[in-house]
Amino acid sequence: MTKNIMIVGVGGQGTLLTSRILGKLMLHVGYDVKISEVHGMAQRGGSVVTFVRYGKQVAEPIVEEGQADVLIAFEQLEALRYAHFLRKDGILIVNDEKIDPMPVVIGAATYPKHIIEDLEKTYNVLKVNALEEAKKLGNPRVFNNIVLGIAAKHMDIAYEDWMTVISDTVPPKTIEVNKKAFDIGFHMHE
Amino acid sequence: MSNKVIMLGNEAFARGAYEAGVKVSAAYPGTPSTEISENLVKYEGVYAEWSPNEKVAMEVAIGASVSGVRALASMKHVGVNVAADPLYSVSYAGVNGGLVIVAADDPGLYSSQNEQDSRMVARAANIPVIEPSDSGEAKEFIKFAYELSEKYDTPVMVRSTTRLSHSQGLVEVEDRVEVEDRIYERTPGKNVLMPGNAKLRHIVVEERNKKLAEDGAEFFINRVEYNDRKVGIITSGIPYQYVKEVMPEASILKLGLVNPLPRTLIEEFAKNVERLYIVEELEPVIEEQVKSWGIKAIGKEIFTIQGEYSANLLRKALAGQELAIAEKAEVPNRPPILCPGCPHRSVYSVMKKLKLHASGDIGCYTLGAVPPLSVVDTTVCMGASISMLHGMEKAKGKEYVKNWVAVIGDSTFMHTGINSLINMVYNKATGTVVILDNRTTGMTGHQDHAATGKTLAGEATHEIDIAGVCKAIGVSHVFEVNSFDVTALEETLKRETSREEISVIIAKAPCALLSKEPVKAQYTVKWDLCKKCGSCLKPGCPAITKTADGTVQINDTMCNGCGLCETQCKFGAIVKVEL
Repeated sequence: MTKNIMIVGVGGQGTLLTSRILGKLMLHVGYDVKISEVHGMAQRGGSVVTFVRYGKQVAEPIVEEGQADVLIAFEQLEALRYAHFLRKDGILIVNDEKIDPMPVVIGAATYPKHIIEDLEKTYNVLKVNALEEAKKLGNPRVFNNIVLGIAAKHMDIAYEDWMTVISDTVPPKTIEVNKKAFDIGFHMHE
Repeated sequence: MSNKVIMLGNEAFARGAYEAGVKVSAAYPGTPSTEISENLVKYEGVYAEWSPNEKVAMEVAIGASVSGVRALASMKHVGVNVAADPLYSVSYAGVNGGLVIVAADDPGLYSSQNEQDSRMVARAANIPVIEPSDSGEAKEFIKFAYELSEKYDTPVMVRSTTRLSHSQGLVEVEDRVEVEDRIYERTPGKNVLMPGNAKLRHIVVEERNKKLAEDGAEFFINRVEYNDRKVGIITSGIPYQYVKEVMPEASILKLGLVNPLPRTLIEEFAKNVERLYIVEELEPVIEEQVKSWGIKAIGKEIFTIQGEYSANLLRKALAGQELAIAEKAEVPNRPPILCPGCPHRSVYSVMKKLKLHASGDIGCYTLGAVPPLSVVDTTVCMGASISMLHGMEKAKGKEYVKNWVAVIGDSTFMHTGINSLINMVYNKATGTVVILDNRTTGMTGHQDHAATGKTLAGEATHEIDIAGVCKAIGVSHVFEVNSFDVTALEETLKRETSREEISVIIAKAPCALLSKEPVKAQYTVKWDLCKKCGSCLKPGCPAITKTADGTVQINDTMCNGCGLCETQCKFGAIVKVEL
């Protein structure tokens, strides 16, 4: 059975980096995997979405509406924008950050209120302030491994495999702090 | 040990070219094709360059092929238009060393100005087109393309799309085949395309096409998967994956060669299935030909010509099924924007203040068209800003263009802007051209070009002096201004737009994302001094937002410390903080 993961956020937040760790992980555990990314204009502060699909054999590289098992949102408004991609029992991980899009900045639209509370009415929401947690570890850049730690709980891949791939992917000097970040995420919602 | 690695479609194209023994590659960056060159340059034994534009890149590749080595030119779909002149004719000349063009289309317009289908161009140019459907095939098919190119004496187009180029998948890595250089022999009848020769070559081209259409039935890149014969689907490329997702039980003819079409194979497949569908993104290229042979099929009657396909789209069109999906929330759009600290924003803020209209061009700075800046009025293609301004002046006169400027990036200026500026000088134009020099090709992700002093391989090279070029062409009024010096910019723009001669203003400041150094200073708001006037919000910096009480705040994770906001505040409420 193919598993569908989505990572959504704002161009520049590091969604691409996160999906690449997932790609390496799937290769490491021997799954077929396809990842679809957005490059070019949308990366300039636009809404970006990355699809990761893995399983025995994967056909299409994108996740369809109503099909995502795990949706990782780096930003609240983007969580709201893509939530309908989740399947009924899917997991929505929301990073507690708000970035105003240009229509809001110029007053042509308003940033929706109570996004997380509203999403909780329909979806299984796991909230995290990953940047704060990462800052506590002394390295704000490890925030995506905190988020991945949370997602890992819902992805049927052994903790040790994650640790191996993280060690192989991040700069050598930051292996320990990245592993720690992942571990914090992994145990956060127990 | 398995040699499987995970690769972006574009990385796989590069790997395939490397394995095929390619020795020369030339390209101009363009989403979604850019990463092909960026990856190919890393391999030993391959010379890869950024050329100033796709026509030049194509010709470099043709030259390499004539000399006897395997060569590659890669480009986005609209780049194929720029390269069309050499492309249409090299079809007549054929090749010596294998010659492949990767054309990357952009269904859904993720980062393009149109949604054209490169297969149409290839049909018009009479060159074969090969279409892979994932990273693994991208690598395999491009290798086959080189065999085909040499066997049939033809350039071959490998067609990609955004979804293929920018999806990662598994690739079986193999060793490079060291292909021996072919001997160069003088063959003017083939390589000098003057009318007498070309006339004869046209006959060869038509014969080649026929032969390819016949032989194509046997190519491994075309594959028939018979299952339930009630439904048969002809498809190719990425749409094949959507078909497999939605109708795993259907019979499928997966075409790897999409021009010329392997007619006998298609006719046989059509005979063996009850109901035939043709699933292809963009234009009905396969469909129209198949139908012209008297074969009944369903295609664009139920599938759109616009945008990208998906399994859900096919599910709806083929079976009338819709998945139960939670209601989509109403949310404000998040269009792409100029980054915090972007020098283009600073230049546009001054143009907006002076109520100037801008004839725009292709690059990050196209984003000057959207609110709150709304300075750019037109964007058509690479280099058009300058020539369109010229056309306006010739149509409406000198007075008319006094509240217009042309804006063009440094890389785009080197691409095709230079020709347009030459035209202005030659044809006694007036008008102001602003070159937004951010020292890189920005939108595609920071590629070097002829005026940055660095090659694709990262080697130092002669840095073409843009101001010097403009002067040498014959522009008398050339000014270089720091993009963040809004006072100097305002003064220069006012003076030059009123002058009834050609002026070039080069607004210089590196792209905010170019520096690897941490930000040295940021800006912050003194709440007690903020008069809630909103002036600082006018340039539309995403790091500045209005708070509930009407004052503003600056997001310290986004601020790049450019200081443009400080220049907008009359009350000294925005101050610099050294870090």
